[in-house]
Amino acid sequence: MSLQENTAREVAVKFENITKTFGSVVANNNVSFDVYKGEILSLLGENGCGKTTLMNMLSGIYFPDKGNIYVYGQPVVIQSPKDAFAYKIGMVHQHFKLVEVFTALQNIALILEKGQKYDLKKIREGVNQICSKYGFNIDLDKKVYNMSVSEKQTLEIVKVLYRGTDILVLDEPTAVLTPQETKKLFAVIKNMREDGKSIIIITHKLNEVMEISDRVTILRKGEYIGTVLTTETNEKELTEMMVGKKVELKIDRPKTEFDRPILEIRDLLVKADDGSVAINGTSFYIRSGEILGVAGITGCGQKELCEAIAGIRDIEKGLITHDGESLIGLSPKEIIKKGVSMSFIPEDRLGMGLVPSMSITDNMMLKTYADGKGIFVDRKNARERAVALVKKLSIVTPSTETPVRRLSGGNVQKVLVGREIESNPNVIVTAYPVRGLDINSSYAIYDILNEQKKKGTGILFIGEDLDVMLALCDKIMVLCHGRNMGIVHASKTTKEELGLMMTGSLDLSEAKNKEYGKAKDSRLTDEQWLELEQKENSEEKGENDNG
Amino acid sequence: MLVVIVGGISIGVVFLLGCVGEILTEKSGHLNLGIPGIMCMGAAGGCYTTSLYINSLPTADSASWLVLVLVAVLGATITGALGGLIYAVLTVSLRANQNVTGLALTTFGAGFAQFVMDTYVDRTRFSAASKIIRYSIIGNADWGWFGKIFLGHGILVYLAIAIAVTSAIVLKRTRVGLNLRAVGENPATADATGINVTAYKYGAILTGSAIAGLGGVFYILDYIGGSWENASTIEGLGWLAIALVIFTLWKPDLSILGSFLFGMLYIASSGITGVSFNVMKLLKLLPYVVTVIVLIVTSILDSKENQPPASLGLNYFREER
Repeated sequence: MSLQENTAREVAVKFENITKTFGSVVANNNVSFDVYKGEILSLLGENGCGKTTLMNMLSGIYFPDKGNIYVYGQPVVIQSPKDAFAYKIGMVHQHFKLVEVFTALQNIALILEKGQKYDLKKIREGVNQICSKYGFNIDLDKKVYNMSVSEKQTLEIVKVLYRGTDILVLDEPTAVLTPQETKKLFAVIKNMREDGKSIIIITHKLNEVMEISDRVTILRKGEYIGTVLTTETNEKELTEMMVGKKVELKIDRPKTEFDRPILEIRDLLVKADDGSVAINGTSFYIRSGEILGVAGITGCGQKELCEAIAGIRDIEKGLITHDGESLIGLSPKEIIKKGVSMSFIPEDRLGMGLVPSMSITDNMMLKTYADGKGIFVDRKNARERAVALVKKLSIVTPSTETPVRRLSGGNVQKVLVGREIESNPNVIVTAYPVRGLDINSSYAIYDILNEQKKKGTGILFIGEDLDVMLALCDKIMVLCHGRNMGIVHASKTTKEELGLMMTGSLDLSEAKNKEYGKAKDSRLTDEQWLELEQKENSEEKGENDNG
Repeated sequence: MLVVIVGGISIGVVFLLGCVGEILTEKSGHLNLGIPGIMCMGAAGGCYTTSLYINSLPTADSASWLVLVLVAVLGATITGALGGLIYAVLTVSLRANQNVTGLALTTFGAGFAQFVMDTYVDRTRFSAASKIIRYSIIGNADWGWFGKIFLGHGILVYLAIAIAVTSAIVLKRTRVGLNLRAVGENPATADATGINVTAYKYGAILTGSAIAGLGGVFYILDYIGGSWENASTIEGLGWLAIALVIFTLWKPDLSILGSFLFGMLYIASSGITGVSFNVMKLLKLLPYVVTVIVLIVTSILDSKENQPPASLGLNYFREER
């Protein structure tokens, strides 16, 4: 379609000079653009550039300080989500807004208007109609806490559609989906476009932008940069518009001398909180000076693996050795002392590793508080380190004494990863360090990791983006439901191969022998391994006898 | 045995009203530890209006049953709701810490009740008033154990049960209940779907406090027969009511049975003879022990259904980042 056709199209939403500030931080500054009826518009920008804030103003969560919003040509005042619904605007938030203990149907029933009858049967019929119209698949009597992420997202979308939405906002809808689920979602979104709905997608993933959207609007640091037709642009141009300067899209993989394995894991069996097996008899090792990537669909045992290595989750079976010494039974503090550092970025970014209401300085001290002399903590030293960290990683914060929860997601992650690296570890376990980060911040983190690698640190990199892992990691291990599907050299594999392994279609470990994932030049001889195993087993028995 | 059952039902109503009031409040995501204080305030308010009415009459006997009940109920519920209003303004609008606010309110409520009762309430005609309020439909007729257990109570006992049943139905079967539960589980979700979170919170807290206040006046004018020593008795019963919320797994219908059970344990412990003083004190602990056991069992079962509302104790601010 040409630009001329577009200008003739009906404008569904018009933003005019929208400005919003939080304290001294300007989230949006004079943003103006249009969204057409029956189009998919991608909203692209770095972290903290104000995409979500802008959309929250459309959906009534925030109220703009200045500027106007027009819906189908009418100036509107949206002061609450209720107002937004009145204008048929619906938003699916990044963090799902669902009541966990309610069923899908009850969650949908929540949105009823006053005067509508509370008739679950009727609602069920209506929802089923929507589902069959757009191709959703949903079990209405399932409680939300039993649902997978993709089911929850489907429910969110069905929910807003049931309410009668013409303008749909999706905030990073694919962040937690598998490639297959993403495909399904995109098919549904396209169905909605055919139905004349306007869809705004907030995303970081350029390939998805190119795949799904008709036009792309770019924001940078709260300012409107421009809107382009997807057919007339490419990933490179979009990146340039986003970050304002050319960035090298290639990630370095410096050559280092691999040493003998520093962290060796054999036949590890770990259970998840609900008692199911999370890591199932996995063996692998990390050498000093190498980055081992771990690929896998979210929730395939990555979290449990991290926790087992860090010593905060019990191990059912198997051995973990560091530099030839067993880590099993050691306290997290002792493991940290040995130089094993862990940074896990959970989905909500703050869950593990940082205390949200404490300042950067105080968070810096969390791992070193016991090092000082006497009973007082050494705040001065910690503050100096915090200031240095802020400078080194260019963390955007009013001061080092600002509570971490007030920082934007990317900056929070920099604090966490920065602190872990600061302690000079010899093994780094890092999970999703660039989750939700923009390109510049991501590269800052890759650089940090590569620097550590050059120093001879062994790095376990649990990641999401296969492209990044193929470029950054030396080797990649693929987990599928807790099973090690195989370890491949990043330079010799392809994305397709990894994808097949992630979904369980390809199992390299089976094809090879039983000793898969065990280093030939291990720090321990076979006899020593056996001895260690027997020792662990006998200790376990001893415990059982006592119990 | 019959004495224990009948007495248990009677004192159980104090627990029941306090408990249902707290459940409604907690369903909105607010842990109101001020409920014991609010019950004291309700008692003082109800007693004050009652004394005004009954002392305006030539003789205590000429008081009308209906007017007396209405005056006591209105006085208690309005004062209770006022106590709830203090809590709601502080925690909902000003987003003060719920635990601190609640504890402060309990201290305040007990002192307030003590002051009002000692200064403004003329209790000379209270035993007469109590007799009128406790008037039951069977009067002095003897209907055996059946009559004593099911028919022999004053109107307030049946009112309390009706309130509990209504609350259960509202929470389970109506849109208002669904919305309220959503507010307590996940206020951001409720907000995003267009539910007026603040209004629901205020509504639940004020209604719950009014019901709890009624429990206070019931204790003075029905259960104990119009006498007054100090506010600490009601406060103690209020804490039991809060324990009962956990025991009944946040379900108003279950709380009817639970409160009568608590009541019977309470009566049994004070009425039992032939045991030493220490054992009697130990028996008084029973309701709390049972509550702890329930907590342990629900924690082990780890069922998502029988847990407190997910955002209980957390204040909601829409623009919080």
